[in-house]
Amino acid sequence: MSHIADRIISDVGLESGVASLTPEKIEAVVTRVLKGETGAKLKVYKETCMRCGLCSQGCHFYMSHDQDPSYSPVSKATETMYELIDKKGKVSPERIYQMAQIAFTECNLCKRCAHYCPVGIDIAYVMITVRRICYLLDVVPQYIRDTAHSHSSTMNQMWVKDDEWIDSLQWQEDEARDEFPGLRIPLDKEGADVYYSVIGPEPKFRTQLIYQAAAIMNAAGIDWTMPSHPGWDNSDMCMYVGDWENMGRIKRAHYESAMKLRCKRIVMGECGHAFRSIYDMGNRWLGYKEMPIPVIHAIQFYWELIQDGKIKITHKYEKPVTIQDPCNIIRGRGLMDKLRDVVHFLCDEVVEMTPNREHNYCCCAGGGVINCGPPFKNTRMTGNRVKAEQLKNTGVKDIVIPCHNCHGGIEDIIGYYDLGMHGHFIGDIIYELMEKPEV
Amino acid sequence: MGKISSWDWETGQKTVVDSLSPLEGHGWQEEPYVSPDGETVAAIVQVGEGEFSIRTNNTVWENTFEKIWYPRFSPDGRLTAICQQDMEWVLAVDGEPLGETTDYIWDTMFSEDGSAISTMYKSMERYGMCLNGEPWEELYENVTTPALSKDGVHTAGVAQVESMGAADLDAFKRGVYTVVIDGKPWTTRFLNAWGPSFNDAGDKVAVQARVTVYENTIAVNDKPWAQTFNQVWEPTFSPIDDSVAAPVRQSGKWGVARDGALIWEPRYQQCLELTHSRDGKKLWAIVSPEYGLFTAACDNAPWEQTFPTVTDLVVSPDGMRAGVLASTYSTDFHIVVDGTPWPDTYDMVWPVVFSEDSKNVAAMVEKNGKRRILVNGKPFERDFDQAWPPVFSEDGTKVLIRAIENNSYVRIVAEVAQF
Amino acid sequence: MTEFYALVTGPLAWVAFGIFIIGLVYRFVSMLALAKAKDGSSLAYMSWFYGIRSILVWMIPFKSMGWKSDPLATVTTFVFHIGFLLVAVFLNAHVVLWDTNFGISIPSLPTYVGDIVSFVVIATCAVFAYRRFALPQVKSVTKCQDWFALILVVLPFITGVLAYHQVGPVLLMTTLHVIFAEILLALIPFTRLSHALFVLFTRAYMGSEFGGVRNANDW
Repeated sequence: MSHIADRIISDVGLESGVASLTPEKIEAVVTRVLKGETGAKLKVYKETCMRCGLCSQGCHFYMSHDQDPSYSPVSKATETMYELIDKKGKVSPERIYQMAQIAFTECNLCKRCAHYCPVGIDIAYVMITVRRICYLLDVVPQYIRDTAHSHSSTMNQMWVKDDEWIDSLQWQEDEARDEFPGLRIPLDKEGADVYYSVIGPEPKFRTQLIYQAAAIMNAAGIDWTMPSHPGWDNSDMCMYVGDWENMGRIKRAHYESAMKLRCKRIVMGECGHAFRSIYDMGNRWLGYKEMPIPVIHAIQFYWELIQDGKIKITHKYEKPVTIQDPCNIIRGRGLMDKLRDVVHFLCDEVVEMTPNREHNYCCCAGGGVINCGPPFKNTRMTGNRVKAEQLKNTGVKDIVIPCHNCHGGIEDIIGYYDLGMHGHFIGDIIYELMEKPEV
Repeated sequence: MGKISSWDWETGQKTVVDSLSPLEGHGWQEEPYVSPDGETVAAIVQVGEGEFSIRTNNTVWENTFEKIWYPRFSPDGRLTAICQQDMEWVLAVDGEPLGETTDYIWDTMFSEDGSAISTMYKSMERYGMCLNGEPWEELYENVTTPALSKDGVHTAGVAQVESMGAADLDAFKRGVYTVVIDGKPWTTRFLNAWGPSFNDAGDKVAVQARVTVYENTIAVNDKPWAQTFNQVWEPTFSPIDDSVAAPVRQSGKWGVARDGALIWEPRYQQCLELTHSRDGKKLWAIVSPEYGLFTAACDNAPWEQTFPTVTDLVVSPDGMRAGVLASTYSTDFHIVVDGTPWPDTYDMVWPVVFSEDSKNVAAMVEKNGKRRILVNGKPFERDFDQAWPPVFSEDGTKVLIRAIENNSYVRIVAEVAQF
Repeated sequence: MTEFYALVTGPLAWVAFGIFIIGLVYRFVSMLALAKAKDGSSLAYMSWFYGIRSILVWMIPFKSMGWKSDPLATVTTFVFHIGFLLVAVFLNAHVVLWDTNFGISIPSLPTYVGDIVSFVVIATCAVFAYRRFALPQVKSVTKCQDWFALILVVLPFITGVLAYHQVGPVLLMTTLHVIFAEILLALIPFTRLSHALFVLFTRAYMGSEFGGVRNANDW
């Protein structure tokens, strides 16, 4: 068995953070979080965990590293939070580095192990609480930390300036008008049925997704809008670094952006973590038991369009496809059946992965791990051999992936394991198949 | 408020535009906007391939543009829109450009009386604001969360005053942001600053400021409070003495601090939309006394009835009453005034409007796709296909209804007694 | 010795039961108070329906992913817990105690069945110990408390079996058996064994979150 100390990875954020730590500071912050922020939930989890090891097989890291026990969920909790509790925060700065590396890069907070733990310990909660402590200790991987800074500075993930956002939408509207005469991306349309929200990388790198969404909205005759003001980005890396304060701030901006436009609901693009921050994490920090405005995922939106006969396709996708079940949408929100309805509507042949649905393996990019950047890419690659095997065993070349992080993670895995496969958003496929006006 | 009384307040209905169908030759017509006095309805129209203009009632602006967006009426009734010509942008006011064209403008704002107009402004990748067509002398790497003083004399925003390399954590932690007023920066740097706001006189500015990675506070006129908090929300100046109050979070609970000192001990799950009454004697907010439940509070006394979601607090001119929009997560909306919901629930609701004497409350709601105007909870005699929020006459006896029915735009003045 | 036996089976037994019950109540009440003060955003999602559903589903062997993943652990866990309860409550010697001390009359296991079940429980404890010694994913996270809890549980069974089969001095063995049982009882609320109480809530909470918020099964 290996140990975290044997696989330390150099990262500017972790190194500079640890360099300024003192044992006193560590103890003070740990005590503050344990006494001030956590409560019975964490206490009971630690006490009730029987160290039975049954969670191990739930974890793709453990399975991919030939059942190396140091990657089992209970080991990660034991090496981090349980130790912090036992030692009352009296641990060395080096140990904090190790804990941060475990919490930020060796756990995707995917909650798959919840299906394995007989007593119902939520390891993801334990690990995100470790991240919170690391954040308050200033020990956070550089790239994800920078992303969180972008969120707090611009209310979006990619340092997109206010005008660049609007400009991107107007540019995509222009482009799309060549193909769909009269198409609009209506900005700030008060009272629209649908407020469409995306993640920061879309206006920056993946504008075709905005184009496609506009094409679909247009074809389906949806009364929709996009906002010109900050709040348009539904994504949330503050959640994953443990910066609850700014998680609350950006979620508030997002909800209020739609509510002030008096829209009936937010429809969000194909993203998983953003969905989690909206239905689970951000709303709770703000004090809302549920989302203050209904936010529905693109999967459900497409499903509704199909049910209502509003998406018309010229033919079905001919090549066989498999389906990636993104954790935050499927295990997190139960959209597995709707996802299958949509994919079966669009595609001739679907070959399921094993296991699938809520038992599916994480892409290993989620939980902010891909956002920790290049230093940790190898962690994701070696940590998800099981996903590569799972994909390969389907024998197909095309994967339907309704989540941005899954896309990034799986494309990397395809390259690393030389699988020769290709990922598609549902929007890509709908756009490809939909009836288009003859121009 | 002299303006409102100069409008046509004769009781009755007039059809301002008979048919809202696109005029002859127009490719398409976008969603309508109406002037505050209800005399004008406007919409962006496509007048030719890649050529746009604005229709107001049955006429069309003479000038055409490559692109037009963000049509907004100023409080004094002028129609503004952000327009592009020859790949450059300018704000058009009643069809005429205000100031020089530039690389980009957005976020039009108006002074209280509408006499001053500001926008965000970008030129040569540098950012600032533009007041009545005049850009700031000094521009910055980025400017966000703009504000315009009520009198329209001053503009403010949060500017990035130092460049940061990619993923430069140290620079961020040193602080590269500050507040810029009329183009001139404060000396204090912040890690982040959000939403500067002016006092009534326009000579003071308060802002939410992140002073260390983990501490937030309020900064007023370049000086952060000595006390810091876990999180803060929008500050508000007292009209009495220019003291500043803001919701603050401490040990996981929200309260209110004034000039740094707690005046509402933190006990709420949430505290939003902190608002001084016009006379400064009352302090209102939306609060959550219990997880998942919200209501309004006056001087730290919450209303009894709570709801899963509460937004859009409006305080009456006398400061004694308030109205909010309550819902079950944005479904089954209620209008709640003085702690009591009006009968019936709606698919959508708009913020309430008080008459100047604070006695009457009006609101617009939507149900089954139809818009409805309510006064004191009672509906107008009929619903509309589309409408805009009602406006009270200065004496509070009449209500102006701006609405669309049967493809006509109508302007109705109704007696409050008619409801 | 007889007097000591009388002390152990008399006053000390009451003390053990007292600590057990008061301890459980104390742990529950103080934990609930802490949860109310600090975990409002979790407590709000507790659901009777999803909570009980989760508890029941996880009581079915091999139903969940976890139970499927390690058949030996699954069988051992179920057999141990059932055996433990059977012996603790329904062993004929214990049934007599229920009757004489509390006036509660319940059916008892046939003597030979009780004997077999006791051996089986000891065997399952041996399997637990084997897992802690031999399986890397268990060994690496096993702490003293885990061994302590296991020893605490197995001692009353070993001494009970020895006493019943009259291996060693009967009175001594019986006395030890009672003492170990009392120690076990008294320490349940304050050791890893407190999972006997808290598992209901962790399981129900996970079930509530999955059922109510995540719309997915937690098994």
